[in-house]
Amino acid sequence: MYTGEMLASMKKVEAAREANTVLEPRRMTAEEKDALLETYHPDYKKSEFVALRVGVNRGDAVPHELAALLEGRSRVDPASVDLTRCDYETDVLVIGGGGAGSSAAIEADNAGMKTMIVTKLRIGDANTMMAEGGIQAADKPNDSPAIHYLDAFGGGHFAAKPELLYKLVNEAPDAILWLNELGVEFDKSPDGTMITTHGGGTSRKRMHAARDYTGAEIMRTLRDEVLNRGIPVIDFTAAIELILDTDGRCAGAVLYNMETGEIKIARAKCVILATGGAGRLHYQGFPTSNHYGATADGLILGYRAGAKLLYADTLQYHPTGAAYPEQIFGALVTEKVRSLGDKLVNAHGEVFMHPLETRDVTAASIIRECTDRGNGVKTADGTGVWLDTPMIERRGGEGTILSRIPAMHRMFAQYGIDIRVEPILVYPTLHYQNGGLDITPDGMTAVENLFAAGEVVGGIHGRNRLMGNSLLDVIVFGRNAGRHAAERAKSVTPGTPTLAHVTAFAREAEEAGVRAEVQSPKLLPTYSHGNPDFQRKAF
Amino acid sequence: MENFVNVFLFGKCYSVPDNLTIMGAMEYAGYQLVRGCGCRNGFCGACATIYRVRGDRELRVCLACQTKVVNDMYIATLPFFPLIKQVYDIEKVPAGEAVMMQLYPEIYACVGCNACTKSCTQGLNVMQYIAYAQRGNFARCAEESFDCVMCGVCSSRCPAGISHPQVALLARRINGKYLAPKSEHLENRVREIRDGTFDDLLEALMQKPVDELRELYNNREIEA
Repeated sequence: MYTGEMLASMKKVEAAREANTVLEPRRMTAEEKDALLETYHPDYKKSEFVALRVGVNRGDAVPHELAALLEGRSRVDPASVDLTRCDYETDVLVIGGGGAGSSAAIEADNAGMKTMIVTKLRIGDANTMMAEGGIQAADKPNDSPAIHYLDAFGGGHFAAKPELLYKLVNEAPDAILWLNELGVEFDKSPDGTMITTHGGGTSRKRMHAARDYTGAEIMRTLRDEVLNRGIPVIDFTAAIELILDTDGRCAGAVLYNMETGEIKIARAKCVILATGGAGRLHYQGFPTSNHYGATADGLILGYRAGAKLLYADTLQYHPTGAAYPEQIFGALVTEKVRSLGDKLVNAHGEVFMHPLETRDVTAASIIRECTDRGNGVKTADGTGVWLDTPMIERRGGEGTILSRIPAMHRMFAQYGIDIRVEPILVYPTLHYQNGGLDITPDGMTAVENLFAAGEVVGGIHGRNRLMGNSLLDVIVFGRNAGRHAAERAKSVTPGTPTLAHVTAFAREAEEAGVRAEVQSPKLLPTYSHGNPDFQRKAF
Repeated sequence: MENFVNVFLFGKCYSVPDNLTIMGAMEYAGYQLVRGCGCRNGFCGACATIYRVRGDRELRVCLACQTKVVNDMYIATLPFFPLIKQVYDIEKVPAGEAVMMQLYPEIYACVGCNACTKSCTQGLNVMQYIAYAQRGNFARCAEESFDCVMCGVCSSRCPAGISHPQVALLARRINGKYLAPKSEHLENRVREIRDGTFDDLLEALMQKPVDELRELYNNREIEA
C-alpha cells in the first residue's frame, strides 16, 4: 500500500507531467559528471574496498565481499580428490549455461569438437535471460562501428582494452545477424528495418530489442539450439575447482552435484569459464537485479588457478531498480523505459537530470537526489525517485507500454500498479560486474587453455558499461571463445592432472596471514528475510 | 509491524510475514532453494508453483517469485515438468504447416478445454496460440506466445499432452528466421565489415591519445 507521503508526492508528479513531458533537460558537462561520481557513486567509496593479500593481483583493491571469497578456502581437499577418475571427458568444457556459455558451445560444436556444458542451475538460468532492454550494434546508415567504439570507450571512462572493444563493436552487426538467422525475433518495421532506440550514453539509436524480453528471447533460442545439436548439458552441477596439468595448462574441472553433493571429475583439452557475474554478493548491501546464481564463482576458480583480474573494483549499479513494492525491491526496471522517452522525477515533481546519461552517472545522480538533496520518496526499504511511466504513452501514443515493455507492465500489475497511469519508484540496484578475468582477443586468460567469456571477463567495457553492450558481449565473446578454444583443442594433449595450484594458493594465503573464514566459490546465496530464528550454514 | 499468515509448504504449516512472496516465504521458513529458483524476477520460469487457498475449490498456479502469500495457502512447487522437446535442424526445417504435424502432432488432439490458457502464469492466450500453430500461422503464434517464460504449467494441465512452450518456441524460431522481413541495412553492414570498410577508421581511433578521444567524446553529436 502506498504511504500518504507517496500519494502526496505522486500528485505533484501528475501535476507536473504535462510540462515535464515536453521538457528537454540538458546533459551534464564532463566536469559535473566527474564530481558527481566521485561523491556519490558506490565504486568511489574507499572504505568498501580492501587490498588482496594473495594471488596475482596481490595489492589490488576489490570489494570486501569479493576479497573474502577470493581469499577463501577451497571446497575440496586436494589430497582427497582422485584425479585418476574421469567421469566426463570432452574436448571443450564450457562452465556456465548462460548466453556466453551457450554461444561458445555452439561455435565449438560448429568447429567439430566434442563439447559439453556444465551449469550450476539449469541452462538459461543466467543474467542473459533477464536482460530486458536491448542489444547494441551499429548497423544503421548514420552509424558505424567507430561511433559505437567512441560511445563505449568514453562511457567506460577510457579504460576499456582497445583490442577487445574493437572486436565488440566490429563484430556486433554479425552477432545480430547470427542471432536473427538462429530465429531470434527482433523488433522490426514491416520493411525489415530494425526498430532501434537510444540507451544511456549512445550517440546513435542502435539498441535492438525484442519487446522488453530481449535477453529471454536470445537465451531461449540459444538454449534450443544447444539442445538441437545434442550438446550434453549437465545441469545442477557446479565447477568448484579447475584442474590444471603439470605444465600449468587448464585440463578440466572438479564438479559438484548441487543436489546429491557428489564430486565428479571432468577432463578437457580446453575449458571456457562463462559463469557470469556477482550481483548475489550484494556489494555494499545493495539489492540486485541478478539471477540467483550470480556469485562470482568464475572469478574465484580462475583466480585460484592463476588467471589475472582486471578492474575487479568496478561494479555497475543500474539506476532503476524497483524501489516499491518491497516484493520486487531491486528488480530491474529496464533502461528501455527511458529509451522510450521517460524521465526521472524527484519527490517534488521536478525532472532533475537528462534521463539518458550513462548508468554510473544516472545512478549517482539518483543517490544524490535521495541523500544530500533530500528529494527522495521514503519507501519500506529506503528511498526512491519516480520514473514517470505514463509519460511514455503521452510521447509514444496509447498502447506503447503494452507493445514495447509488456514485462514491465506485467511485473507491476502483479502488485496492482498500472504503469500506464501511475509512475513507479526506483533506486539503483547492483546490476553488473564491469571487471573480471583479463583475456586476450582470443578469449584466453593468463592460464593456458583456460578461456573466459561473458560477464566473468573484465576489460571489454572499461569502468562502466553501456546498456545493450552486455548482451552483445556475451554473443561476440562467447562465440569468439568457443571458436578459439575449439581450434586450440585440436592440438592439445593434456598432461598429468593436478590440483597443486589449490594447495599452493592455500599455502600462500597462510603465509600472508590470511585466516580464510569462508569456503568458496559461494555457489548460492542464503536468504532468511529477517527470520529472527534463522540458524543455518550457508550453502 | 509485521502481520503473519499461515502457509502450508508441501502440506506443512509455517507462520510467515504476509509481505513475502511464496519464494521468500519458503526461504523464511528455512529452505535453501536449489531447484525451483532461477532469476527471481519473473523471466526464467524456474519457480512454477501450484496452490489452493483453503475454502477455494480452484487450483491456482503462479510463479513463486512473483506472487505474495495469503493466509491458508497450500503450496507445492513444480520445479520441473517433462515437456517434450523435439530435436530439429533449424537450417533444414520446413517453414510451413507440415512441420507441426511432423514434430508436434499432438497439438491436433487439442480438445479445446482451455485449461492451458486458464493456467498460464503470464496470462497468455495459450489455446489461441496453439490454434495458430495448428493452422501454420506461425507469425500469429509467435506474437501471441512471445511473453512465454516456459514454466510448463500449461502442459501440466493439458489432457492432450501438448508441450505448448516448445511448440511456441519452434514457431517463433521459424518466424524469426524465415518469415519475418529481412533487414537489408544489417546485411549491408555485415558485408561492409567483412570488406574491412571500417578497419582504418577504427584503428585510427585506437591509436589516438586519451586526451584527444576525450575531446571527441565530449563533443560528439548525439542523434535526436
